[in-house]
Amino acid sequence: MWDELEFAFALIVSGLLIGLMYSLIALGFVLIYKATDAINFAQGEFVMLAGFMATTVLAAELSVWVAIGAAILGMIALSFALERAVLRPLLGRPAVAVIMATIGLANILRGLPPITVGAQTKALPLPIGDDPIFVWTAVIPPIQLVGTIVSIAFLAAFTVFFLKSRKGIALRAVADNQQVAMAMGINVERYFGIAWAMAGIVSALGGIIWGSMLGVDTQLALIGLKVFPVVILGGLDSILGAVVGGLIVGVVESLAAGYLDPYVGGGTKDFAPYVLMIIMLMFKPYGIFGTRRIERV
Amino acid sequence: MFHREAGNFKTTYAADMAVFPLPITRWTVLVIFLLFAVVFPAILDDYYLSIINLVLIAVVGALGLNILVGNTGQISVGHAAFMSVGAYTAANLAVRLGLPFWITLPAGGLMAALIGALVGIPSLRIKGLYLAIATLASQLIIEWVINHTPAISGGVQASIQVPRPVVFGYDVRTQGQLYFFLLFFAVIAIVGATNIVRSRIGRAFIAIRDQDIAAEIIGINIFRYKLIAFAISSFYAGVCGVLYTYYFGIANYEAFQIVVSVDYLAMIIIGGLGSVLGSILGAIFVTMLPIAIRLFVEAFGSHIWDTGALSAVAASMRLIIFGLLIIFFLVVEPEGLNRLWRNIRNYFRVWPFSY
Repeated sequence: MWDELEFAFALIVSGLLIGLMYSLIALGFVLIYKATDAINFAQGEFVMLAGFMATTVLAAELSVWVAIGAAILGMIALSFALERAVLRPLLGRPAVAVIMATIGLANILRGLPPITVGAQTKALPLPIGDDPIFVWTAVIPPIQLVGTIVSIAFLAAFTVFFLKSRKGIALRAVADNQQVAMAMGINVERYFGIAWAMAGIVSALGGIIWGSMLGVDTQLALIGLKVFPVVILGGLDSILGAVVGGLIVGVVESLAAGYLDPYVGGGTKDFAPYVLMIIMLMFKPYGIFGTRRIERV
Repeated sequence: MFHREAGNFKTTYAADMAVFPLPITRWTVLVIFLLFAVVFPAILDDYYLSIINLVLIAVVGALGLNILVGNTGQISVGHAAFMSVGAYTAANLAVRLGLPFWITLPAGGLMAALIGALVGIPSLRIKGLYLAIATLASQLIIEWVINHTPAISGGVQASIQVPRPVVFGYDVRTQGQLYFFLLFFAVIAIVGATNIVRSRIGRAFIAIRDQDIAAEIIGINIFRYKLIAFAISSFYAGVCGVLYTYYFGIANYEAFQIVVSVDYLAMIIIGGLGSVLGSILGAIFVTMLPIAIRLFVEAFGSHIWDTGALSAVAASMRLIIFGLLIIFFLVVEPEGLNRLWRNIRNYFRVWPFSY
């Protein structure tokens, strides 16, 4: 009994920590959806690309902080440019077109690193120790702790930004109703760019943290597949939802890996969140905190 | 297809919907058919036939996806998963029960249709991006289930060897024989899709795509037609998967991963959404392009990249060029190659007096 409890505790703690790091990536998705109504299927590729930017700067013998700064600036510039070149011409077109465009974008971004900097896995060492921290039975690698802190800090910062700042309120107005926002004198197109740039910052941080944890290669883009269960569970347009969804997905995944893997031979980690998501889609498609605006036909 | 009419003299809907709008169209179709059935197999060698074979298989899958995405407006990112359902159904039936292809092929299609209709059930409540995510989930779940169930996937490698199909007592073995085998099913698929699109069902699909609420008001049972669309599309996908299996002689889930779903989406976007000709053009284009890219990279790539990395470079170039093409066609020409073809035709219809 006690052993089982210890095992479960360890699984839940590691799930919660990983979950918060999923939230960080999901946040990029939510920011874009909230402000521009566009669904970004390339979120995982954004994260991967940020990792590659950081490792490329590191390879030029510059310090880690320069690498992090370069990745953030690079991602801001890239997402700004992509919004301009790809998404803006598709304004007003059906959702299907935007989805397909971002799928195409994902293809391009995934193809870029192997032909420019090479496909082999690169290490992205951050200046933090390797000694794990023990909390009762749970073993926490320092990188996860850093990831958690960064995630919480950014989630809190974005919450304050949306509630208090002038730009945040304008972004919410744009998200709520583009035409009314336009009539109130908000430059909607500019805020689309801002939303994408913010998603770029979040992706850059996600790429650095996940990249230093898993190593940077094209496989890093698969992290994007975790975003969908997170945002569907939490609600597509809710920052709080991204947090809660991330935590749920992290815990479910960790428990499934701990309890089911011995019976079915591994891989439940990638599978369980999607089953949960399908159930959610059937009963509450707008998620836990999402706005209910799905038309029933 | 290549004719020039002197004007538009159609006075009835039936004439407007006809498969052969003018007598000359029959001749065009006949010439194209003879080209494929007699001339190509006679003059092309095995390498070129093998490329055409892949195109023929892709045509079947693209037609199915286009009925769902182009005609009904429901997005699916899980087309390859339905192909794998068909492939593994047929492979299991062929290996364990020793059934011939003319049973396993429709059985694979029907099984895929069943699973497809199941996946389509959420489409009643959700649409657009939610449906995209749900089909993405079904892709991953089906892939996982096949991969982790030895009873379906046939063991550790998750691949099943299938015997060669037997037609009239002969094994279909060489590329030339496979060519006729695949051509037969591709033609049936094309004729089938052409007729589905212009039938009552096809009109209902288009009504749902254009305005689902209005479609329901004029009496179309949306739930039923959405499920039919999913089932038909998955049936095509299943048959496509079975054809792949017989073509390669092996059912392997790696041939049906999400990348393949994206390839098929690329086919219908590049070819033209909601058009049979578009599916065919897209399938040809998307199947031929990687070959062209590989030849190009092999010929000129060694100046830039290491010789050892060239195959990886070709794969990445393929991803990039596909992505660029998808975005290019979505932004610049949403109706795809089909539209470009129509523009050329319309230009020559009145040529040389184009005013």
